[in-house]
Amino acid sequence: MSEETVEASAAADAAPVVPAGGQAGAKAVRRAFSSPIASFLVILLTVLWTVPTLGLLATSLRPESDVAQTGWWTFFAHPGITLSNYHDVLFNGGFGVQNGLMPYLINSLAITVPATIFPLALASMAAYALAWVRFRGSDVIFFLIFALQVVPLQMALVPLLQLYSGGAHIGSATIFPSLGLGGTYAPVWISHTMFALPLAVFLLHNFIAQLPRDLIEAARVDGASHFRVFRSVVLPLATPALASFAIFQFLWVWNDLLVALTFAGGTPEVAPLTVRLAQLSGSFGDHWEILTAGAFISIIIPLAVFFGLQRYFVRGLLAGSVKG
Amino acid sequence: MWADALTKFGNAAGAVVVFVAVLLLIFFAAGRATGRVSKPLAVTIFLGPALLLLAVGLIVPAIRTITLSFYNDDSSKFLGGSNYTWVFTSSGEQQILLNTLLWIIVAPVVTTVLGLVLALLVDRLKHQGLYKAFIFMPMAISFVGASIIWKFVYNYRDPSQPQIGLLSQICLWLGWHNPPNWILSHPLNNFLLMVIMVWVQTGFAMVVLSAAIKAIPDEITEAAVLDGARGWRLFQYVTIPMIRNTLVVVLTTVMITTLKLFDIIRTMTGGNFGTQVLANEMYSQSFTEFNTGRGSALAVILFVAVLPLVGYNIVQLRRERATR
Repeated sequence: MSEETVEASAAADAAPVVPAGGQAGAKAVRRAFSSPIASFLVILLTVLWTVPTLGLLATSLRPESDVAQTGWWTFFAHPGITLSNYHDVLFNGGFGVQNGLMPYLINSLAITVPATIFPLALASMAAYALAWVRFRGSDVIFFLIFALQVVPLQMALVPLLQLYSGGAHIGSATIFPSLGLGGTYAPVWISHTMFALPLAVFLLHNFIAQLPRDLIEAARVDGASHFRVFRSVVLPLATPALASFAIFQFLWVWNDLLVALTFAGGTPEVAPLTVRLAQLSGSFGDHWEILTAGAFISIIIPLAVFFGLQRYFVRGLLAGSVKG
Repeated sequence: MWADALTKFGNAAGAVVVFVAVLLLIFFAAGRATGRVSKPLAVTIFLGPALLLLAVGLIVPAIRTITLSFYNDDSSKFLGGSNYTWVFTSSGEQQILLNTLLWIIVAPVVTTVLGLVLALLVDRLKHQGLYKAFIFMPMAISFVGASIIWKFVYNYRDPSQPQIGLLSQICLWLGWHNPPNWILSHPLNNFLLMVIMVWVQTGFAMVVLSAAIKAIPDEITEAAVLDGARGWRLFQYVTIPMIRNTLVVVLTTVMITTLKLFDIIRTMTGGNFGTQVLANEMYSQSFTEFNTGRGSALAVILFVAVLPLVGYNIVQLRRERATR
């Protein structure tokens, strides 16, 4: 599987356009699988894939008493729409929970945006240096960063948490002070940045290294410093790669539970939506009108990104499929 | 509450502004340097932050996790390999390893097969973009969101009462009057949780495999057709061998995701009812039981298990990049 081919054709696939025909061979294969049964199977699977989400949406829009008494599929026979679940879950919380999900929603945004921008900036800088500033050892460093992709982030959780809370010591000598970052977003931002770097540097390097040599050398000959070349030549040209990675990283952080749970804890001061929803699903499993509305709030942004920016979305997700 | 939101957004925006301002300032100052120092300076500034973060966030913690795995719960006493012995001999942990094994075999195979079937079938339909979009959609949703969606589907109520869980209701419609409490039924619950993983990942498998099938050169399929290959034989002797590498990459990619699976178990069962897996047990041991030694040993086992899969994937990716 070449990544470029997959990305390019996947992007074409994902756009709701039927690709141009003319591939006789591929057609033969397709014909072999052609039958009404096949079409039926695809439609069946698509319905099957969509119904659970539909059930969530329908339930979140039904009055509390209906949700508790009848299945959501009766909604279409006896529709009764209300937005009060959304109001409750965002602002009131209900059943003994102070405040609603609003603080967590804000946390999600406040965590995700910086945790996307930081690695994007640092990785594109590193990628530029590795691709265009010739120095001894650049191959080794690139390979090292590339190889770090195999380390699951579980390997870093405990020591990193110890570092944030207590600093680092060898014997009694402090080599890194305790930063007192507890209760702030900083540990979550920094951790997401660290964990994103191997993949980000690798992907952006692949793109930036393929920019036209003439362009960059011409700028250098004209006397522009590496910093200037990076800002005014490389960054603008690398926009497609930056956009794909930004969307991937944004969704990765938005949907993440493990990093947030470890480094933010569960408090309304810093914890994002995913952490709160996982808690609620454990302790308030029977209030489906609240749980479904909360879940829908958390998936509405990824879904909007998906349907709005499908091309970049698919490309970014495919490129990032080995991250973790 | 709005004041709270304002403060939080202010913090996030402030962090981004300071970050960008510092970068620009450094770029401006370092860009004025000329002569012999300019290149080492540029390399340091471009590459330094990323390397520092990778060292502090991944390399040192990974080494420290390996060390900690040989110590006791609060890292005060050296234990040798007894944490590892515990993982492989205690009956609770053996159940977890068995579950994990079951997961990484069943979920990836089902996902890949379904993805392949869909990739072959969907191409011939009208509005294929629509079907693909709906099957790919769960990929945008967080595992936490997906878990809540499916927890609702698996909801259990006494059969004499009106049902709100779709699965139970379907069973009743089909004439099974006594459906079980799905999530509590071991070992069935493991497979019900795998359904969530398959639901999320099938779209990914479909898009990647569909792209690979389209990339098969026409001449090859045409030659096979001229030689009389049709239908199943064409599929078996041409399509499958031509996309074998992609199939393996999809399979291993889903396996990696499955091995690191945490969110679904955490949200659905918290690891109870015989559904615990490796990555969630690693979290529980480290952060609920506060047994750093055992948690670290589990992390190392996860790392060793993932290593060959990720290694294979990135080597494959690199090799095919090189041949183009």
